[in-house]
Amino acid sequence: MIRIENLSKSFTLHNQGGAVIEVLRGAALSVAPGECVALTGASGAGKSTLMRMIWGNYRAASGQILVGGLDVAQASPREIIALRRDRLGYVSQFLRVVPRVPTRRVVAEPLLALGMGEAEAIARAEGLLSTLNIPERLWSLSPTTFSGGEQQRVNIARGFAHPYPALLLDEPTASLDAVNREVVLGLIAAAKARGAALIGIFHDEAARARVADRAVDVTAFTPARAA
Amino acid sequence: MSALLQVEGLEKRYGARIGCTGVSFDLFPGEVLGIVGESGSGKSTLLACLAGHLAADSGQILYRGRDLGAMAEPERRVLARTEWAFVHQNPRDGLRMGVSAGANVGERLMAVGARHYGAIRAAAEDWLGRVEIDPGRIDDRPRAFSGGMQQRLQIARNLVTAPRLVLMDEPTGGLDVSVQARLLDLLRALVREMGLGVIIVTHDLAVARLLADRLMVMKDGRVIEAGLTDQVLDDPQAAYTQLLVSSVLQV
Amino acid sequence: MTEAYSFAYLDESTKRMIRRTLLKALAVPGYQVPFASREMPMPYGWGTGGVQVTAACLVPEDVLKVIDQGADDTTNAVSIRRFFQRTAGVAVTEHTTEASLIQTRHRIPEAPLKEGQILIYQVPIPEPLRFLEPRESETRKMHALEEYGLMHVKLYEDIARHGAIATSYGYPVKVEGRYVMDPSPIPKFDNPKLSGNPAIQLFGAGRESRIHALPPYTRVVNLDFEDHPFEPTKADAACDLCGATTSYLDEVIMDDAGGRMFCCSDTDFCATRRAAGHAGRLAPGGEAA
Ligand SMILES: [Zn+2]
Repeated sequence: MIRIENLSKSFTLHNQGGAVIEVLRGAALSVAPGECVALTGASGAGKSTLMRMIWGNYRAASGQILVGGLDVAQASPREIIALRRDRLGYVSQFLRVVPRVPTRRVVAEPLLALGMGEAEAIARAEGLLSTLNIPERLWSLSPTTFSGGEQQRVNIARGFAHPYPALLLDEPTASLDAVNREVVLGLIAAAKARGAALIGIFHDEAARARVADRAVDVTAFTPARAA
Repeated sequence: MSALLQVEGLEKRYGARIGCTGVSFDLFPGEVLGIVGESGSGKSTLLACLAGHLAADSGQILYRGRDLGAMAEPERRVLARTEWAFVHQNPRDGLRMGVSAGANVGERLMAVGARHYGAIRAAAEDWLGRVEIDPGRIDDRPRAFSGGMQQRLQIARNLVTAPRLVLMDEPTGGLDVSVQARLLDLLRALVREMGLGVIIVTHDLAVARLLADRLMVMKDGRVIEAGLTDQVLDDPQAAYTQLLVSSVLQV
Repeated sequence: MTEAYSFAYLDESTKRMIRRTLLKALAVPGYQVPFASREMPMPYGWGTGGVQVTAACLVPEDVLKVIDQGADDTTNAVSIRRFFQRTAGVAVTEHTTEASLIQTRHRIPEAPLKEGQILIYQVPIPEPLRFLEPRESETRKMHALEEYGLMHVKLYEDIARHGAIATSYGYPVKVEGRYVMDPSPIPKFDNPKLSGNPAIQLFGAGRESRIHALPPYTRVVNLDFEDHPFEPTKADAACDLCGATTSYLDEVIMDDAGGRMFCCSDTDFCATRRAAGHAGRLAPGGEAA
């Protein structure tokens, strides 16, 4: 479902004397349907960079990122937008939403974008919020005012609203209490069971051990840095 | 699905000075294209050319496959009040301040032949509700409205004929942040529900990020960089875009 | 030169220019044709447009009638009538049926007009779109492209504010399904007489330098809404002098105690009826209470 070959990435900082920072070289990785692969490596090794390249907001210097047959490294913006709409989900660490939009609408938005009717989309969103123990009194409020843990659960609910065949998870269990951590791990297991291909970053080693089928250490793709 | 708008090699000069040049892009239904840049970057000139407010010196604009340059003025004006919408930065430029909110919304309907007062009024009430203006204020003049309400009224007035293409010039400029947020939310919902193709000119990168699917960065009349919105903002390639993004981050 | 003076005040070349304008206006009913309006020996607002059109149309055989809001005896009507008696020496009359040419301000006579008659209106503002669009360049384009939605915006606004179309003078019309026209400030009661009229109707705006026209039997439709149709309204009363119930009435306040009477605005119509023996509530020597 996801296959990465010979991927490299560098940043050119034009406004800092044109400094070129090489962050990835020769990255390769493949995830089958129903499989969860954890990215590991020290902080700064390039886990988040790799994930963003798969998501498409970081451009590849060279190589291939095949997601459901589309090479994200070469795809047009329009193709990536379509990919994100129906095939590739992303639970990021940060909740980025239009202020004032009620939580139930934030979670329903991916479904509405797919053309699902308002009532059905809201119902599914509310089901997920309930599963993730977001109190009902918060559903009509904007999540911008929520605590870190609540925001993260809203983010997770939105990421799991549609059964994407490929899903990226960036620290999905960080800052969650034991109960909600269990809920999220259950959602991940269910996604695997329905055949989704998952890539995750988990600092929570126990969680990683529970859901990841294998780990890929991105340090192997990190070019040696000049001191 | 076919393109709503195809722009090829568009150029506008003011004497020797470049307004915009070498601009090419296309827009599909349901897409929001953001045009960002500082004042004087050519983004407003480009929008004015697209709207037909300015005549381009060279290049081509195809609307649903038809060359706007070759289209007769009557046909263009019919399109301008049916299939196109233009939302001005200052709502006073896009509203009739001397008539009621209902008449402002109803005007485009009457322009295309609506002749049933009750039906026109019902449509106006419906649209006031959709842009979150109390329909009880249908007979008030826009002067009595706040800036945010005026802007929402302008949007209702433009969208009542279910246009396909919406051009917006800094539609959230001059509004405070919470009012801006309501407007952005409204626009996103309308784009999704009506399948609108939207081009929004803004200097506000936060607005661009929340509303636009794709971005074009302009400087000195030229497109410096274009692509997926979060890619342009998170991993800008051009020196100018990096500067633009970083200066915003410092604000 | 053998001509000692110019008939009907204007010189021959000016008359030729205005007649050309009139022919063009008749050829394109309802369309406002610009013309080179001349200074006339009376102030704007006193009907300089109508006077120029009348001067261009007059021939020695004409019988002229001049009315102001239906009356033959107002200062304005009298001075224009005298002006043409002096400059053209034409016969004058107060009887609608005897006149070959009628110059009018703000009314259409009650007596039906017939073929061969010419009705000339004094027009203050000929542009019906001026209310909402002050730019002349834009209104000309709107006429050219038949973009008349704004006219209904005005009527919509009337209903929204007053519950009904409150426009009672200068009610806008569409001519032969093409041009929207301001019929000058006649009461909307008169509007039905614009349509299918056997007489030639000419409209002259002096200050605005525009002439428009309706040839005989032109179809003129009043703008309205399906659920708020046009209604030609008048005061719900009878003339207190002649007892007429179908004519347009002026309301006259008679004393400080609020006493009032209604009388025909068309003085010739009223006088003719009284001469024929009709009498109203307050008619002298009539059935006055
Ligand atoms: Zn009478």
